This record gives sequence, C-alpha cells and structure tokens, in this order.
Amino acid sequence: MTKVEAIIQPAKLEAVKSALHEIGVEGMTVLEARGHGRQKGHTEVYRGREYAVDLIPKVKLEMVLADSMVDKVVQAIANSARSGKIGDGKIFLTHIDDAIRIRNDERGEYAL
Amino acid sequence: MGHRANGTLTCLGKCERGTMHGAGNEDNGTSRDRIHFAARCTATTLLRQVHMRKSLILWLVMFCAIASAGSALAQTAAGAGSATLQSSDSLESRLAKVELQAAEAKSSADNAWMLTSSALVLMMTGPGLALFYGGLVRKKNVLGTMMQSFTLMALVTVLWAVAGYSLCFGSGNSFVGGFENVLLSHVTSQPDPDYSATIPEQTFMVYQLMFAIITPALITGAFAERMKFSALVWFMTLWSILVYFPMAHMVWGKGGLLNAALGGMFPTLDFAGGTVVHVTSGVSALVCALYLGKRLGYPHTPMPPHSVVLSFIGASLLWVGWFGFNAGSALGSGSLGTSAFVATHFGAAAAVIGWTSTEWWRGGRPTVLGAISGAVAGLVAITPASGFVTPISALIIGLIAGAFCYVMVAKVKARFGYDDSLDAFGVHGAGGTIGALLTGIFAAKAVNPLGSGLLEGNARQLGNQAIGVLIAWGLAIAGTLIILFLVDKTIGLRVSEEHETQGLDLSQHGEEGYSWELPA
Repeated sequence: MTKVEAIIQPAKLEAVKSALHEIGVEGMTVLEARGHGRQKGHTEVYRGREYAVDLIPKVKLEMVLADSMVDKVVQAIANSARSGKIGDGKIFLTHIDDAIRIRNDERGEYAL
Repeated sequence: MGHRANGTLTCLGKCERGTMHGAGNEDNGTSRDRIHFAARCTATTLLRQVHMRKSLILWLVMFCAIASAGSALAQTAAGAGSATLQSSDSLESRLAKVELQAAEAKSSADNAWMLTSSALVLMMTGPGLALFYGGLVRKKNVLGTMMQSFTLMALVTVLWAVAGYSLCFGSGNSFVGGFENVLLSHVTSQPDPDYSATIPEQTFMVYQLMFAIITPALITGAFAERMKFSALVWFMTLWSILVYFPMAHMVWGKGGLLNAALGGMFPTLDFAGGTVVHVTSGVSALVCALYLGKRLGYPHTPMPPHSVVLSFIGASLLWVGWFGFNAGSALGSGSLGTSAFVATHFGAAAAVIGWTSTEWWRGGRPTVLGAISGAVAGLVAITPASGFVTPISALIIGLIAGAFCYVMVAKVKARFGYDDSLDAFGVHGAGGTIGALLTGIFAAKAVNPLGSGLLEGNARQLGNQAIGVLIAWGLAIAGTLIILFLVDKTIGLRVSEEHETQGLDLSQHGEEGYSWELPA
C-alpha cells in the first residue's frame, strides 16, 4: 500500500477531484495548508506598513491506495493540477505499513 | 407584604421596615413609594431566608438606599399640563393654550431627535468603536480590545451619574463645574435654558453622557494589546475626572474659559467636541503609547489586523452614528442640525477621497483600511466645524484632513517609531487639532451667527482656536502623565510578557474570541 500526498493550487482542487473520481478513487482526505517552494509570495499594506506574506494558501490531498493504482492516480493528479507555472505543487509517495477500517477491524488492502 | 384599605402597607415578613403609610394623594407618588417599599421589603426578607455573604447584603442595602435617595432628590416633573381648547374660553386664554401647544410641539421634535442622537452616539462606542478597534488587533486580543470600550459604557455612566454631569455642566468656575447636580439632583424634565431651552435637562444629561463614554474609549487604541484590565479601569476613572470633566466644562459648561456660547474669555468654536473629545483623547493616546512602550516584537514582527471586515463594519457604524454626534450637538431638530448633518457627511466623504488618493499616489494601491480610516479622520476633523461651516467648506476640510492624517499615520509614525497601535493620535489627535484650527478659518456667520472665521476677515478666531487647542494638549499631557505614573507605581500598567504573548483574551478575561471547535 502506498500513501499519495499531493500539494496543489487551491484553484485546481475541483479538477483533481473529478479526475480521481473518473478513475475510481473512492477515498481521500483534503487539508488546507500554507507553504511555498520556489514561488514568491505577495506584499500586503496596512496603513502604510508593508507585510511580506510568503506562506501561500495551498491544498493538500492525502490518499492511501493499493500499489497497482498508484501510477494511474499520480498521472491523473499531475495532469489535472498542472498549469505549467511555478507553484503547481508536488506529489510525494510513501510506503504504508498497514491500514485498519475502524468500523469492522478489516486490515490491509481490504481496508482501503 | 400586606395592603390595608386605608392605603398603608405592612411588611408581613416582619422585617424592621414595619409599616409604611401612603405618601400624598397623587397616584404617582403613592405607587412609587409602594414600589420602593415593596422592593426593600422583599429584598430584606429574601436575604433573611437565604444565606448570603455579608458583603452582598451590604451592597444590596446600599443600592436600595442610593436608589431611594436618588429618586427622592430628583424632582417630579411639574409638567406643562395638557391644554385642550374649548370654544367657550376667552380669546386670550385660547391664545395662551395655542402658544403652549406650539412650544410643546417644538419641544417634542427637539427631544425626539436628541434621544435618537444619544442612541446614535452610544452606538458609536458599542459596537462601532469596539468593532473598528477589534478588527485591527491580532485575533488573540479581539475580546480584550472590545471589552475596553464596553467597560467604559458601564463605568463612565456611573461616574457621570454620581458626579460627572455636575462637574461638567454645573456652575463652578472657569475650569470645572460644581456639585449642585451630584447624584443628578435638580436634573429633571425641565430644560436648563443655558444649555437648551426646549429639551428636558435629563435629555441633555444623557446625551452628554454618551460623549463622556466615547472619549476615553478612543484612547484604548494607543495601548492596545498590552494594557492590564485592572489598570485600565483605574486609568479611565481618573482620566475622566482629571481631564475630560474640566475640558468639557471649559468648552461647553456655564462659565467655562473657552465657552463661545456663554461668554468664555477665549471663545473657542467647538461645535461637537473636536477639542473636548478628539484632541484630549488623541494627545493622551500619544502620551500613553510613549509611556507604556512598544508591543513585544514591534516593529519587526508582522502584526496585521486580524479582520479588516470587522473594522469596516465598525467604521460604517461610526459614520452613521456621527450624525448623532454632530447634528445632535445642535441640541434641537431645526436647521442648524441639518447644516451640521450635511457638513458631517460631506467632511467624511471628502476625507475618504483625500486619504485614498494620497495613499494611492504615495503607497501604491488604494486600500480598504485606508478608505475607512480616511472616513474616520474626516469625521474627526469636521466635528468642531460641523455647525459653523458651509457644505463646500466641509468638503475642503475633509479633503485636507484625509491627506494630513494619512501622512501622520503612514509616514510620521514610522519616522518617530512610537507604537500608537491603532493610530488614536494619528487620527484623533492630529485630526482634531487640524479640524479645530480649520474651524477658525472656515466658520461662517451665515451658517451660525455664533462664529466667524479668517475667511470672513475675523483673524482673532483662529487665535482663540489655537488657545483652545493648546489648552487641550496641555491638559491632556499633564493629566495623563500624572495618572499613568500613579497607576503604574501602584498596580502596574502593562501586562507581563507572558500574558502579552498569550493574548489579552486569555490572560485578562479567560476567554477566546474565536474558539477552535470541531463541528459536532
């Protein structure tokens, strides 16, 4: 089992969700985040004082999948979240030791 | 409690009140006495039966005593009496009744507007100023900031009732009033003709109270996010007594040194309180900011407003409420009130343009915070001028004030480095000063026969305005320094570093403005 974490632009969330549903992904967790890679932030001004804001709003998706699904999912996310500009985001993959369904204690891939 | 046929009342709880006989024949007198007797009897009986702490008993008894004494001292309205016409009356008596009705109608109109104005001015403090300031501070201090304004609504009211009104508007000397109206004695439904011939003095009293409430509230902007709540209560009590009451008396009270309407030595034109309210609070704010020192981390740590949305709502409420502040200062519903209303609105509008265009030109983009701050600056500046200038002059005053206060807030503050956190000095102190001086230039006899300014050839008025402004500055600086020193040396003014970092909401009040609560 593999965990897929994708940090994307908030404006791309709907497109990514549609793409994932189309290929049959049924579960995901969505978090609001702030951060940056090489993307510059912006400056805000309040009564003449400037504030540099370099933590930019992002959306983070997390999902745990069977290894056979991972390549398809990564493709779907990347294609739907891409705009070609700096700030598009990143996808990280990690190995998952186990998964448990709380409702009935199923384990492993059956729990996904 | 029992009631006998002959109108006497007995406490059946067998408390020491015993029996009370009905006082007088008028229903009003008797039922009021009955209510008091009933209240005292019930309170005493209840307390006997329920175990309460001694201090609580003492408070309740004191409260009842004060309430009874207060209402006993306050005279019942003699009343103008109803005047119904009958065609059988003589022409003279009918004429007298018509004159009476006309006077009552004028009185009713004036009183209706004045009560409305009083409500509008109170709204300026709560929620107007509370929201305006609340949105400008960091999230962890929002409640603490709002509480400072709200507390004054309660605290100053009590001070006013006990001695404040008397010290401001009683006849004393040139600098402060006397004690004839302590506990609001002799303040009735009868007008005090020195102040306003058509409204009950009680209306005048409550209207002025709202000014006494908002003035110290403005100062809270200077020491936002770092003042101890207990110190605030003491500071505000002393400041009201030492600074506000004398200043209000000098400008508006009988025999006041600066009173333009009642023959003061240096008649200062201050229609609604540019000097009394804005200069005193704004300059005191600067003194406080310097004395208390900067917030932890200022100016390097970013401290942007946590909600310009709240500030926007607050500023809008201030603009609308200001119609009560300025137009209500006409103390009647006639054309002078209209003139002040129009001047107020025009001053605010022009100041928005003045601030925003200056900001756009010098700073890069027109901001929402700038626009609303501009409006407030214009309202401050037009306050002393509102009943003395034409609408076009009001536009000019607003335009100047907007630009001037932008520079004070965005440039001068940064240059000198003081942490006047919410720009109480930059907007109220500076705006009030420039407004008071511009009044001396633009005052027009055609608008108000009381005042004529430089543009009409009267240079002397500008001099008087300067004197009024200087006295306000001097009183504010001296009074505030003394009070700050006193309170600091006794209980300390500033919160500890730990409390400042934690935030006032938690450290002073044990509350959070916005709880982090997961939906159920």
